Amino acid sequence: MATWAITAFIELEIPARAEFVGLVRLVVSSLASARRSLADDRIDDLKLAVSEACTNAIEAHAEVDVDERVLVRCREDEDRLEVSVEDRGPGFDPHELPEHPPVTDPERLNFERGLGIPLIRTLVDEVRFDPSEQGTAVHLVMYCGPADLDLFDDVY
Amino acid sequence: MELGLEVSERNGTTVLSVRGEVDVYTAPRLREKLVELVSEGRYNLVVDLEAVDFLDSTGLGVLVGGLKRLRSHDGDLSLVCTQHRILKVFEITGLTKVFAIHDSVDAAVAS
Repeated sequence: MATWAITAFIELEIPARAEFVGLVRLVVSSLASARRSLADDRIDDLKLAVSEACTNAIEAHAEVDVDERVLVRCREDEDRLEVSVEDRGPGFDPHELPEHPPVTDPERLNFERGLGIPLIRTLVDEVRFDPSEQGTAVHLVMYCGPADLDLFDDVY
Repeated sequence: MELGLEVSERNGTTVLSVRGEVDVYTAPRLREKLVELVSEGRYNLVVDLEAVDFLDSTGLGVLVGGLKRLRSHDGDLSLVCTQHRILKVFEITGLTKVFAIHDSVDAAVAS
């Protein structure tokens, strides 16, 4: 079996349209399953977090009406799987998100949005938001055991 | 991407069975269906999520919006869900306290 000199790296560029988020989920969950060191429920967590990040990216593009692509990078290292979602939207301050009323408050029903980032924070082991003038990059990290990437043995 | 929406009646309660993936792409269709049912005067809805493979915050938002719309007509929206991965999304966001979530359509209709 190959030793871990190699880092698997996959890049996916999608049009900033809602119908492509399902494709990103499929790619990320296939990659995570192939690794065979991430339990199924954690793959579901990563899939949901990536989906939320892509949704935010697409909505950010729609907000400023830019026709640029969203870039998804998946990077596998020995002990982690990192997925970054980069957009060209107006950027935001992750610390300045509006707070929802408590769930027991009837006013809570007036808020249909704003659950994506709290979900991301709960689902992944590490999250970093890098807003800049060019857009926002969201880095999602899952810790996992050493990869068992037999599928790359033929290549290396 | 497939989203199945099927409406049926059970003891005078309307049951909306959802199948497939509910995300930013498909959630608008779920919203339209809920709006349509409310406009038909169906104010007590059970949304069956047992055949849903994936649900994200967009889907949650649509369900919250549906509940709000029904409450304004003195109605209610309850859910059927036993799948761990879907329930988890409600748990993380605290929405298990907002929605009545049942184990089966029968239990939801009876409540």
